[in-house]
Amino acid sequence: MPLLTADPLTVTRGDRALLRDFALRLDAGELVHLRGANGVGKTSLLETLAGLRRGAGTIVWQPADAQPHWLGHRNGLNPQLSPLENLRFWCGINGAATAAIAPALERLQLPPRARLRACRQLSAGQKRRTALARLLLQRRPVWLLDEPLDGLDAGGLALFAQLAGAHLAQGGAILMTSHQALPAPLQARELVL
Amino acid sequence: MSAFVAIFARELKLAARARAEWLMPPLFFVIVVTLFGFGARPNDPQLAAFAPAVLWVGALLAALLSLERLYRADQEDGTLEQLLVSGTSLSFAVFVKSLAHWLLSGLPIVLLAAPLAAMLGLPAAALGPLVLGLALGTPCLSFIGGFVAALTVGLPRGGALLPVLVLPLIVPVIIFGAGAVRAAQQGLDAGAPLYFLAAILTLTLTVLPWLAAAALRNAFE
Repeated sequence: MPLLTADPLTVTRGDRALLRDFALRLDAGELVHLRGANGVGKTSLLETLAGLRRGAGTIVWQPADAQPHWLGHRNGLNPQLSPLENLRFWCGINGAATAAIAPALERLQLPPRARLRACRQLSAGQKRRTALARLLLQRRPVWLLDEPLDGLDAGGLALFAQLAGAHLAQGGAILMTSHQALPAPLQARELVL
Repeated sequence: MSAFVAIFARELKLAARARAEWLMPPLFFVIVVTLFGFGARPNDPQLAAFAPAVLWVGALLAALLSLERLYRADQEDGTLEQLLVSGTSLSFAVFVKSLAHWLLSGLPIVLLAAPLAAMLGLPAAALGPLVLGLALGTPCLSFIGGFVAALTVGLPRGGALLPVLVLPLIVPVIIFGAGAVRAAQQGLDAGAPLYFLAAILTLTLTVLPWLAAAALRNAFE
């Protein structure tokens, strides 16, 4: 039973249809790497699946009330607040336990001092690591990630590979875009738009 | 932590870190009202006659100052996306954010109104209806303004458009708010305009968070 099925799906941006009658199936343990030229509709497809954008067609989640993790181009971190405060806010609006924040930031190897600094003072990579820490705060089977590797250094890429690998091993699935090659040892099914 | 506490606490934290932004509305209110006092002749009885309009228009303009950033900052940093896909109802989030906006910009105006009104020569009997009217009317400004801020969040020059769209919508609030004070000044019962204000407040609290949430969703398209 796939965790996510979209068939057929029409993805629009404004009044322009980017994808028509698009079909997608995401199975447990599967990593799908969406590829394609700029403007072809990769981000819009992810946004439509996340529920941010209206699309026409059928999207079926397994279970039916499953909620995916969404990580877009923007990190979703207020620059005035620290990583800890931003993640506490996220836990509050999603009903997640705040006790998971410290272990998640530890796993993403964000230095303790950086956790208390305002996000505007952090590097792009540290902000991306903080945003990735959200994926660990609540167990959700499907991760929808738009360019999650942006800003990550070699250590960050290796960490991402670990996180993603562990998620897939636990029966999760990932649909992501990236203009760079996925870090080893991640193996993905490529889907070119 | 509940969603209410999370959203409300975040707004207060952000306000504490951008004090200038949130001190501006009450300061602006004090400056506008005080300048009217300086602009009139000393002990001019006409000043008391104009006081209701001066205080209400000052309160409105002060509330407008901080409205533009209500959703724009969240849209720019991606927090709005996280709210849209979260388990929290967007209309509830809008409600809490507007409530926090009122606490930070409307409540100080309500508290400052009585001493400023006394300075303008408003009789003591009119102070009660003024404060009560502002307590009912300033939340309307936050919720109506929040709705318009949501409507304009996706527009490149939404900040310029915001006052133009807000002003016609809050005319009834100004009319009934200032009307209650004028009635008290003339020794009449201020109850009717205050009831109208309460009705407008009920309508804004129950309808506008849903409309603002729909506007925010639409802004993403």
